[in-house]
Amino acid sequence: MTTNAIVAREVTKRYRRFAHRNQLRTLKSALLTGSVLADLKPEETFTALEDVSFEVRQGSTFAVIGENGSGKSTLLKLMAGITRPTRGSLSVDGRISALIELGAGFHPEISGRENVAINAMMLGLTRKQLERSYDAIVDFAELRDFIDAPVKTYSSGMYMRLGFAVAIHVDPDVLLIDEVLAVGDEAFTRKCLDKIAEFRRRGKTIVFVTHSLGLVDKMCDDVLWLSHGRTRGRGEPKRVVDEYLTYVAGGEEALLRSRSASASAEAAPGESASEPGGTGAYRAGRWGGREVEIRSVRLLDSRERERHVFVPGETLQLVLAVAAREPVEDFVFGIGLFSADGVCVYGTNTDLEDYVPRRLEGEAEVRIALEGLSLVEGTYFVDLAAHKRDGTPYDYRRGQHSFRVKSRVKDVGLYRPVHRWSFAGGAALDAPSRRGELELGDDDAGPRSGGA
Amino acid sequence: MISAVRSLLRYRALVQSLVSRELKARYRGSVLGFLWSFVNPLLLLLTYTLVFTVILPNKQPDIQPFFLFLFCGILPWTWFQASLAESSGVLISSANLIKKVLFPAEVLPTVCVLANLAHFLLGLPVLLAVLALYGKLHWTALLLPLPMLVQLVLTLGLSLFLSALTVHFRDIQNILSHVLHLWFFATPVIYSYAQIAEGTPLRRLLRLNPMTHVVVTYQQMLFQGHVDHWRGLLLSLAVGAVAFAAGAFLFDRLRDTLAEEV
Repeated sequence: MTTNAIVAREVTKRYRRFAHRNQLRTLKSALLTGSVLADLKPEETFTALEDVSFEVRQGSTFAVIGENGSGKSTLLKLMAGITRPTRGSLSVDGRISALIELGAGFHPEISGRENVAINAMMLGLTRKQLERSYDAIVDFAELRDFIDAPVKTYSSGMYMRLGFAVAIHVDPDVLLIDEVLAVGDEAFTRKCLDKIAEFRRRGKTIVFVTHSLGLVDKMCDDVLWLSHGRTRGRGEPKRVVDEYLTYVAGGEEALLRSRSASASAEAAPGESASEPGGTGAYRAGRWGGREVEIRSVRLLDSRERERHVFVPGETLQLVLAVAAREPVEDFVFGIGLFSADGVCVYGTNTDLEDYVPRRLEGEAEVRIALEGLSLVEGTYFVDLAAHKRDGTPYDYRRGQHSFRVKSRVKDVGLYRPVHRWSFAGGAALDAPSRRGELELGDDDAGPRSGGA
Repeated sequence: MISAVRSLLRYRALVQSLVSRELKARYRGSVLGFLWSFVNPLLLLLTYTLVFTVILPNKQPDIQPFFLFLFCGILPWTWFQASLAESSGVLISSANLIKKVLFPAEVLPTVCVLANLAHFLLGLPVLLAVLALYGKLHWTALLLPLPMLVQLVLTLGLSLFLSALTVHFRDIQNILSHVLHLWFFATPVIYSYAQIAEGTPLRRLLRLNPMTHVVVTYQQMLFQGHVDHWRGLLLSLAVGAVAFAAGAFLFDRLRDTLAEEV
């Protein structure tokens, strides 16, 4: 039997657009109807959420994702009961604890001990319950030595730890978490996540509002995607997160284009060469003496059209317009592909492949075609370089160009070998129903991952 | 109104801790610390004594020594006045709490009133000691809980009313200090009620002021030692009950708007 911990039905939330105007009018309507909005014209209000419906099953972990301003935090406040929906209904079953702001309501002048007591009672703990969990709170916050000092002497990390410790020990049935894990050092964040995992094991309901899609993928059973206050997607995390990413990529295509454009603009001669930022971290940049300059870079598909989003199996051509200040005889062209988190997916250059440079003079075009792009979905950054054989760079462009691979198949890793399934004997499987790749270029959409 | 009382009772542990926090935080870091609760009324008394014995001496025979009479009225008035002044701004200054934590907001103005009640109770022994010193301590002082209860109800009601309304009209905070000033002079604290002739418009005005009867009762119990102002006190109780009902109603009506408007 599954019951719902939270049920939202066509929840709409409007806010006033101009605070502290029309005070008499809003007060009147607040008195008569309990809402400040009744007497306001539509243009004086702002709709933060519109007709959002969902249920959260008891014991499940639910995530709300969306860009900034999509209504996530408004929804969280509604779930926490801090504000009420303008229209629709929202009901929560069980004791709820909202981690909206850690340590809200701590009084700076009094000790951590007293603040714990007051904060816990504010969150609904009785004195007895507090006595029982007081030690656990202090130990969790790792503040045993400072608990009798006034809170104003705490560092912000200590403050957050104490706030989190109290909120988590209120032992709610439903825990709402608003992006608060972004604070604190790694060790503490891990500790918080462990505690949250423990909550899940004990069958408590958790609602995350987060930008951390990795977390959503790992921890959540169900995802709600909000966009401009409306439900945009809902369901299984992997699918919704991918839809969300694809949607973001739609904006990204434009973004990648503009980034390429600005990278080209930057290529104007006379630009001072910058050294790469610290070793290890993959950071975009450009350096080199510019004896040979990469003037522009274009990403083309097999039909010579400029594109930034590809599907696996397509052909991606990188076309460099290079120019040598003086004729040179020692030169190598290279490329590197990096995943979004900086892992080198592939790298090669003309020297490694035994091309022997003879002469580079004036302007030239260098082209490398990556046929049958064997990558899984993701954003990839491109390194492009012209350098000497000993490695001295002429022009090294790191991460200034990127493209995105989109795929309907949610395979994992980085590399997608061309592959085919076949079954014999007692294995009976239905072939996927026409599950081809997305069609972006309507040309050489690559290998189908479906069986024959 | 009943639900307001019930919710306050359910959160009494929180109210208690907040009141004690308020008291502790107020004097934290000062040299005298808790002694300020005693020193404050004494200094206040000193100021008024100076004014009304040296600058503007009051020679009314039935209220001598005048500074003692003054003390009997000022102590409860301070409770009343400070409660209202603090609670009118308390929701705004606790905006962060109201926006981020779910708890009944009426706790906050209530804490203002109760914290000032605590100050009143701490000042009372000082007053009683000085009265005893002048041989003016009467058995009627045992009846003090009655006017205190009336004052508590009245003050709570006005505090709830003002705190919620101030969220919508910040102007109240500014007006209030002047209103309270005027109210102080319209209450027989620095003069005696008996001094105002029956039938005059001023007397009629004073009768309409619920704080008049509360203060007069205090003065009778503490200073005169005979109490005959019961009808007035009852009237104040009625006004207080109405104020509480109105305050609770308004607060409840505006409750949902608080998190959005502060």
